[in-house]
Amino acid sequence: MVQFLLRRLLVALLVSVTVLTFAFALTRLSGDLAISIAGPNATANDIEVVRKAYGLDQPLITQFFSWIGRAMVGDFGQSYFYRERVSTLIFSRLPITLTLGLVGLGIAVSVALPLGVISALREGRPIDRVISLVALVGQAMPSFWLALVLMITLGLNLGWLPISGTGTWQHFVMPGIVLSFSAIPALLRLTRSGMIDAMAADYIRTARAKGLSRMSIVLKHAARNAAMPVVSIAAVQLGFMLGGSIVIETVFALHGVGFLAWESISKNDFPTVQAVVLLLAVIYTLLTLGADLLNALLDPRLRAQ
Amino acid sequence: MTAPLLEIDRLDIGFGPLSAVRGASLQVRRGETHCLVGESGCGKSVTALAVMGLLARNATRNAVSMRFDGQELMGLDEKAMSRLRGDRMAMIFQEPMTSLNPAYTVGSQMAEVMLRHRGGTRRAALDRAAELLAKVRITSPGMRLGQYPHQLSGGLRQRVMIAMALMCSPELLIADEPTTALDVTVQAQILRLLADLQKDLGLAILLITHDLGVVARTAHHVSVMYAGQVVETAPVADLFANPMHPYTRGLLSCVPVPGKVRPGDPLGSIPGMVPRVEHAFAGCAFRQRCDLARPDCAGTIPRRDFAPGHDYLCQIEPAALVTA
Repeated sequence: MVQFLLRRLLVALLVSVTVLTFAFALTRLSGDLAISIAGPNATANDIEVVRKAYGLDQPLITQFFSWIGRAMVGDFGQSYFYRERVSTLIFSRLPITLTLGLVGLGIAVSVALPLGVISALREGRPIDRVISLVALVGQAMPSFWLALVLMITLGLNLGWLPISGTGTWQHFVMPGIVLSFSAIPALLRLTRSGMIDAMAADYIRTARAKGLSRMSIVLKHAARNAAMPVVSIAAVQLGFMLGGSIVIETVFALHGVGFLAWESISKNDFPTVQAVVLLLAVIYTLLTLGADLLNALLDPRLRAQ
Repeated sequence: MTAPLLEIDRLDIGFGPLSAVRGASLQVRRGETHCLVGESGCGKSVTALAVMGLLARNATRNAVSMRFDGQELMGLDEKAMSRLRGDRMAMIFQEPMTSLNPAYTVGSQMAEVMLRHRGGTRRAALDRAAELLAKVRITSPGMRLGQYPHQLSGGLRQRVMIAMALMCSPELLIADEPTTALDVTVQAQILRLLADLQKDLGLAILLITHDLGVVARTAHHVSVMYAGQVVETAPVADLFANPMHPYTRGLLSCVPVPGKVRPGDPLGSIPGMVPRVEHAFAGCAFRQRCDLARPDCAGTIPRRDFAPGHDYLCQIEPAALVTA
């Protein structure tokens, strides 16, 4: 178990370092930063001043290590656009994105898992086909379009939910629903196929031969074995939701990290871009690590590795 | 004579157009081992699954009657069947490697049988589990309770399966090729264990096997199955001494007997293949492979008595067969 943990930690660390390097490299590859910071009307002299002031005249390797060194202690520098510390900027927006992501995942899981299980137990029957069809339609639906439809129906026509902003928990319901649509099909299909495989396994026949109740066979013996791929994909989906909610945050005017990423990219605010990329990478890595640990709890064979 | 514990009267099992078992009857007495022999696909495993009510959804099951301790099983609903399974009748399988759930400890999987059928505390169920692990001769049972299936060898897992089957002291144990997947030395141990348990606990065992060596060592009574039918039933000594049905004779000739076989002699074999049997199939399913086949073998085949408890399904009279 300890070995398993150490190995996973090492992998997580390597992934983080790689992403760190890429985040740094990509921003430097998008043109001369000094020119874009100085603005369109800057003279050659201004640009040189800017270059010196931001340390862009240093060799790349020096810039890289000084950035990493500061990033380690949470100092991502000053945002060029907001004139605020990047860390303050990000941490003021992170709760919104986290709330949105967790609400989205919560909705996705509570819809996809039961439907997946029902689908698997009724494999090939009408209810299974209907569920698969609905999942397919859900997957094919563009999220901005779904967002607008929900805003018009639930928000404007019925007046049940607020259509933009972050004031109350109700504000997160609609964006959460839209976000969950991206995760439901994958979770549902994995749950379904995992349950179908598990229910056909020899140990299920044993469980039936033991006279266990249907409930215990499905929820205890089959579900635990079907859960592992679902846990892994759920972690990836959550990561995707946290990093990929740009459209939804924009449509619903939720000023979260996704919205910030979009803004800073379009404004060439590269300290912010770097920090956001790094943050999302770390979150991704942590989620994967969390999924691995959860799987190790579910499957004793993993612990033995 | 007391009534048999398990009494199957003319069982039919079908899968779509195919007929897997046709009018199979057999009886298992208390405290005895009844072997069901036959080649792969002859319907012996599905017969066992039908008794347990564990047939796949696409299977159809019919029988004149199927009684367990006098209780009719046909028409019993899933809930009532699940009360019997694991409690009064238990089953172990051919695949010890995959028959235990990889995600739960041995102790937890054993305990749940007790908790389901008898209730009581988890502690008491685990104590019972440890006691049975010792009974199937697993060393340090207390430690094994906390282990997961992947930590055990195939032989150990099959012992765990047996111990688990015994949790509620069943009257009937159905063992479907329990030693086929195991090493030869382990096979012998498991068979001896089953025989000892039978003596200790008065278990009735329905043992499914294709191995006549296993039959000779363990059975009291034998039923030979061919293409979904029980073609011969006899006490074990009688079957080996006076096999009547041509298929039984063919099977026995496939087994080399020490002292009778000289090096270089070919082993016996039965020419031809098992026919595909659909519902409308008529006549003897063995007739294309049979040396003694006659034109009337395509008609209705009678079940003939040879001796008390020894009958066979063949057109040919005992007297003609004995001399054949």
